[in-house]
Amino acid sequence: MRKIKHGKLAAGCADACCLKLEGLSVRLEGDSILEDVSFHLHCGEIVALIGPNGAGKSTLFRSILGQMGYKGSITFAPAGGPAIRLADGTVTGGTRPLVGYVPQAPSFDRGDPVSVLDFFTAATARWPVWLPIPAKYRDRAAACLARVHGEDLLNRPMGGLSGGQLQRVLLALALEPVPHILILDEPLSGVDIEGEHQLLDMLDELRTQYDLSIFLSTHDFATLGQFADKVILLNRQVLKSGTPEQVLSSPEFYETFHLRMGKGGG
Amino acid sequence: MALWYALVDLLPFEWAQPGQMYFMKHALLAVLVITPLFGILSTMVVHSRMSFFSDALGHSAFTGMAIGALCGFHEPTWAAVIFALLFALLFNMVKRRSALASDTVIGVFSSTAVALGIFLSTLGGRSFTRFNSLLIGDILSVEPEKIGVLALILLLIVGLWAVSFNQLMLSAVHPALADSRGVRVFWQETVFSMAIAVVVTLSMTWVGLLVINSLLVLPAAAARNVARTMQQYHLFSLLGAVLSGVAGLMTSYYVGGSAGAAITLYLAVWFALTFLVRKK
Repeated sequence: MRKIKHGKLAAGCADACCLKLEGLSVRLEGDSILEDVSFHLHCGEIVALIGPNGAGKSTLFRSILGQMGYKGSITFAPAGGPAIRLADGTVTGGTRPLVGYVPQAPSFDRGDPVSVLDFFTAATARWPVWLPIPAKYRDRAAACLARVHGEDLLNRPMGGLSGGQLQRVLLALALEPVPHILILDEPLSGVDIEGEHQLLDMLDELRTQYDLSIFLSTHDFATLGQFADKVILLNRQVLKSGTPEQVLSSPEFYETFHLRMGKGGG
Repeated sequence: MALWYALVDLLPFEWAQPGQMYFMKHALLAVLVITPLFGILSTMVVHSRMSFFSDALGHSAFTGMAIGALCGFHEPTWAAVIFALLFALLFNMVKRRSALASDTVIGVFSSTAVALGIFLSTLGGRSFTRFNSLLIGDILSVEPEKIGVLALILLLIVGLWAVSFNQLMLSAVHPALADSRGVRVFWQETVFSMAIAVVVTLSMTWVGLLVINSLLVLPAAAARNVARTMQQYHLFSLLGAVLSGVAGLMTSYYVGGSAGAAITLYLAVWFALTFLVRKK
């Protein structure tokens, strides 16, 4: 299923574009949500974020998206270019990275009068979607959906999509325009096995095609080894990071999820 | 207005004869301006689950009237508009900063506004009855200048819809997703709730406070029963609002009774009809 594994894990980011988080801390109403979180995210790399509920995964995503105040720094260095500090928004030379975001299961009721085309056009174009949508936008939405093999979904109601189909529509949206960093908040929850394989293959394809870094959170540890270059175990702090094998066999992992470390079971 | 009179004179109704019954002709024009306003706003009120909020705004509009009257303004409506705008802004700011559920915040605001309104309007032992007309509304008393103001508001709302409907819709679906695509969610929501505030306050005198919220809920609720796309949703909402508006006015003319209430009843029938043929 995997075509290449990125070989830059241990190396620095001198030659590749890189998102650096250094000493990131977030406090909300007196509670510490994230403490001194530091790691790097390279282009073409798939990094999985794991941790129990309430570990701060969504908060970490929202910090990168700039939707949350934080201490510490998040900087983006494009390949060969100068580093850009994300928080200030004052970009000095170079471009601010585009971050594509696939949120966790947005709520669509079955009866919502929103077609996939309406949703897509509303998010990507200025054309008001309460007017009949011109062919130009229809074609563009179809082309974007084709990237995720979802052309046939264009006229379906958003509320009638399966979990996997909804994820694909949201992924197509996050890829328009193609971002530097793609963030997916629990893309595998509510998706059946077939949808899961389809989605993971697609992410692998996208990564090689566009050389973007993919950062996703998941609770599905069984598949981690198949797609992730790096796994970060988060519970307010980074408890462990490394290859899937390293993290999944670490005492930190067992402790966090209250599993017993016993040799030979029991 | 002359053009409008000439147009109406072509209609085959007894009140449409040239040179008489101007109040009815004004009322018809007013209905044709007010109902599209509500038909449009209704789509977003229902889609973003703001019906409780718009209900609370109606209450605050009444309080604004009471404040305006107390200050001795000749035209308390404008005081009410300003009060409703402040109410909407303050509500959105509190909602953003508070961890409370939005219906709780609405409850806090709504009860405060109503209490303030009743207190101010009965201050010094005055009777509340002079505000009764606001509760029921009277479309037949509408004056041409007021229709002009409402028409201007209709134009503004259509303009607002053209530039910010997409962003509003996205904010309602998923605020964080909207934000990640550059939508300023707070301002979109605030401007939208201010638009509702202005429309509710300005049309309250004609439609009646007690039924005004139904005009913001029923058109789109009925449209949701049958619409599959945003275009159909708007079409059915507008159609339902305008048809019910005209039918309600006619009924109220021929059998008496409040026009606002009659319009609402027609909308309820429209809802029932669409419910029967709803999409599966």
